[in-house]
Amino acid sequence: MPTFNSEEVARLAALARIDLTPDELTQFAGELEVIAHAVEKVSELATADVPATSHPIPLTNVYREDVVSDVVDRDAVLAAAPASQDGKFLVPQILGEEA
Amino acid sequence: MSARDTDLTRTTAAGLADLLTAGDVSAVEVAQAHLDRIAEVDGAVHAFLHVDAADTLAQAGAVDAARAAGTPLHHLAGVPIAVKDVVVTRGTPTTAGSRILEGWIPPYDATLVEKLRAAGLPMLGKTNMDEFAMGSSTEHSGYGPTHNPWDLTRIPGGSGGGSAAALAAFEAPLSIGTDTGGSIRQPAAVTGTVGVKPTYGSVSRYGLIALASSLDQAGPCARTVLDAALLHEVIGGHDPRDSTSLPQAATGYADAARLGGTGDLTGVRVGVVRELAGEGYQREVSEAFARSVRDLEAAGAEVVEVSCPSFEAALAAYYLILPAEASSNLAKFDGMRFGLRVEPTEGPVTAERVMAATRGQGFGAEVKRRIILGTYALSAGYYDAYYGSAQKVRTLIQRDFAAAYEKVDVLVSPTAPTTAFKLGEKLDDPLAMYLNDVATIPANLAGVPGISVPNGLDDAGLPIGIQVLAPARADDRLYRVGAALEHHFQASQGAILDRIPEVTS
Repeated sequence: MPTFNSEEVARLAALARIDLTPDELTQFAGELEVIAHAVEKVSELATADVPATSHPIPLTNVYREDVVSDVVDRDAVLAAAPASQDGKFLVPQILGEEA
Repeated sequence: MSARDTDLTRTTAAGLADLLTAGDVSAVEVAQAHLDRIAEVDGAVHAFLHVDAADTLAQAGAVDAARAAGTPLHHLAGVPIAVKDVVVTRGTPTTAGSRILEGWIPPYDATLVEKLRAAGLPMLGKTNMDEFAMGSSTEHSGYGPTHNPWDLTRIPGGSGGGSAAALAAFEAPLSIGTDTGGSIRQPAAVTGTVGVKPTYGSVSRYGLIALASSLDQAGPCARTVLDAALLHEVIGGHDPRDSTSLPQAATGYADAARLGGTGDLTGVRVGVVRELAGEGYQREVSEAFARSVRDLEAAGAEVVEVSCPSFEAALAAYYLILPAEASSNLAKFDGMRFGLRVEPTEGPVTAERVMAATRGQGFGAEVKRRIILGTYALSAGYYDAYYGSAQKVRTLIQRDFAAAYEKVDVLVSPTAPTTAFKLGEKLDDPLAMYLNDVATIPANLAGVPGISVPNGLDDAGLPIGIQVLAPARADDRLYRVGAALEHHFQASQGAILDRIPEVTS
């Protein structure tokens, strides 16, 4: 297991798109080290012959009729958005200048 | 005693329903009594994040008008309810305890809210919780903690501490919680109330702000087992808008509670989980549990010890599966479509940088920790060792439950290892906080239902709870055994909430 140093936390925070302060990087590194050590226990029990379970109660083939239903009001949705224009979400540029 | 002499805030939901049906009180009077109580004590308790008295009274007035017009009503029509703030409510602010959603007004109702409205339960308000349901104390709320009405310096449990505290403080007779690893049952235990995590899929998840989709389950919170059963029947049942919703109807729970309320459990086989006892459990919690086991035997149940060896690894598996699912679910909070948007103070204002700045400011520490842990557990090179292994442990835990239910009808354990601790006591030690859910987490990993019922007070006068677990789709057993435990406890010691000190602000 890698050590949870500040650099590792910074790498993960960048992947997760969360800006962290230098203090948070230090704090989380220490805390996540402890938590990661505690959860290592799973690998002791998880032998190759045990199948994985992703869901508590498997249900299969859940379909509905392919018809329009439950349409949420567009204006109510846009009213709750940080910014909107012409009936659409208004968002920052998706790609940077160099793209 | 006439209805006019009754303290409506101390009456059970079933009792209020009878008074309302008989016409002894109006829904507006019942709602007003609870709104007055909220105004009196919630400054000290802080169970609520949002109360709109005019809206509540309008809903109650509509029930009274319908009753006056002779319209057939649900038996609980006019009984008010508090709803955890992770459940979306059309037109009423919903934050999930997070600053990132401050002021957000949902454009739709969760299915369970539609059902509450259809049954005529006026909503008193939205209850406080740990941010996005991550926590066991409500201290991770972005809006300040809820205080335990038994002792305002102590935690009310979490994440649904607001929904539990509202009941214990007589601010609401019923409330809605959600339970991903114990967030209904553990708050119930530490506040002397009743909380039920139904079978996964029994109550629709449509309109719940998702934490971990394979674990989340909404359920009823109340002061009695019968009240919880009545509420479960209102909110449960199939929902075509949730593809994990069970096809079965949610019926028979109140009947099961009434049957258990006779105190007779002849022929019921009860298993005591060996791994959910001993070291780490507070002395009074263990003593109260032993007394409850004797009550079960006296009620005619056959009690045996069962072993679920994989439960030892449940906490570890949970803290890989939950962060992994949460890191994915919470990616939607990107500052684009709802909630907070923060622009970076320097450099180009791109969507990616706005997202990072928004999440850096809008999320609290626990949410950041778990998203980072989940990102780690899912990242290339570690997926098999962590997330993959945790999913295998989940299989082993399900096998332990299946083996146990070959021998017994229900399992019992203490709900939480300790009674309510002091606010701040575990805030700087995330792992110590996680251990509060050691007894409740296995049920979520396996999807089986569980209930917490009060079964004692510790030496400091703080409530203790006992947990009953049943096989998937056998939620009725929770209500039968839970009501029997409640009956025998009250026969010897009275109702636990009769001993709660008055809230003084």
